[in-house]
Amino acid sequence: MRNIFLFIRRYFNFLLFIFLQMVCVYFIVSYSKFHEAAFGKTANQITGKINKRYSNIQYYFNLRKTNDSLVKANERLYNQLRLDRQRSDSIQLAQIDSLFTDSLVQASSFVFRGARVVSNAVSTPNNFIVLDGGSAKGFHKGMGVISAEGGVVGIITETSTDFSVVMSLLHKDSRISGKIFKTGETGTVTWDGEQPNVLYMNGIAKSVKVAKGDSIITSGFSTTFPKGLLIGRVEGAYAVPNTNFIKIKITTHTNFYNIQHAYTIENKNATAVNELLKHVQKQLQ
Amino acid sequence: MPPLFKHIFRFILLILFQVFVLDNIRLHQLATPYLYFLFILWLPFNINRTVLLITAFVLGFTLDSFRHHPGFHAAACVMIAYVRPFLINFLIPQEGAETNYEEPSIQSMGGLLPYMIYAGILVFIHNAWLFLLEAWQFENAWYFFSKTFLTTAVCLVLILITEWIFPRKQKFRTNTI
Repeated sequence: MRNIFLFIRRYFNFLLFIFLQMVCVYFIVSYSKFHEAAFGKTANQITGKINKRYSNIQYYFNLRKTNDSLVKANERLYNQLRLDRQRSDSIQLAQIDSLFTDSLVQASSFVFRGARVVSNAVSTPNNFIVLDGGSAKGFHKGMGVISAEGGVVGIITETSTDFSVVMSLLHKDSRISGKIFKTGETGTVTWDGEQPNVLYMNGIAKSVKVAKGDSIITSGFSTTFPKGLLIGRVEGAYAVPNTNFIKIKITTHTNFYNIQHAYTIENKNATAVNELLKHVQKQLQ
Repeated sequence: MPPLFKHIFRFILLILFQVFVLDNIRLHQLATPYLYFLFILWLPFNINRTVLLITAFVLGFTLDSFRHHPGFHAAACVMIAYVRPFLINFLIPQEGAETNYEEPSIQSMGGLLPYMIYAGILVFIHNAWLFLLEAWQFENAWYFFSKTFLTTAVCLVLILITEWIFPRKQKFRTNTI
């Protein structure tokens, strides 16, 4: 017994070093568990407040860029409105007005809410974005986030009362279901941790023909994103050795370097769909 | 200014500078500028090793809180805090320099070269351990090494500039009263 105490006293610093390293590795590995604990939320709230102070200053200097991107987003929306109106007269007459507009609005299960970006990173292999607005604004875990240009940004992983943390597409654990717009094949979009504007899409069969510039959109198979949001455009395709698949290189539609505004997407049917899935899984067991 | 306040002041200033200035500079994905560990390099010679380890952990953890993924920088900081005393023993030029001066600097280490070796080795260990932990699942060794070396070079340039802008006057203290 005495020898054990002597040993601990003699190698105390080394043991402390090993202990602290193990604590760090535990934090890294059990990221999600840690953040669900109360401490993660407190830290998020504190750093969020400091970040917001800074962002208020920085925001002023980026007003011109922000304006430009909002004008572009508006332009896109106006164009969509025009498309609806350019129908020939006969069709307009044949339709009952109320059914055409009102029922569509009610049928849409997605709600978009604007939020300002308080802090943003692109330089590490695990990037997060912080939004100004948390559970008090109705944001919750699992909601999708898009940029003002309409490109996919990421998914909310954690919220406190006033802030929410978004796991950006530029995170090595990020997995998003994507679809080639032209041919309709679906695959998983991931990031390899190197360039902040290049993503990769896996799980596409060799027989599929892709060309440079083809759009990759969200598939709509998950409850997070509606179908048809632009993820990026095809840059090139490479065969994966010893398999029947190709790997598609994508340039992102969202410019991750200067995101100022973002929109969160709430799917009103999410809980219903997820409950149904859970129910089915329970039955199978 | 009492020494404790000086260190707390440095701590806050370096973290804020790292988070709000350096993290917003995007040189290249291979070279991320880091400077916050200067706090560990500048701690006094006679600091207790246990205190040193815990302070380093707190420093790394604070930076991690801003990055929203705890563990990475804390691990790297604890690593350099553990290596630091051995390195100082190895590099100190003459007997008793660590009692004559308060903290590591170009003057107290006996010239620019030993100081840069001291800083260079610690920065290299910090970056290597950090990128190794971050890159757990990427298998690209060439990318890892080039990233570590380039980042270390950028950090050393930053440290030199900092030493040049903020020269620390070191009082010569003798232990013979």
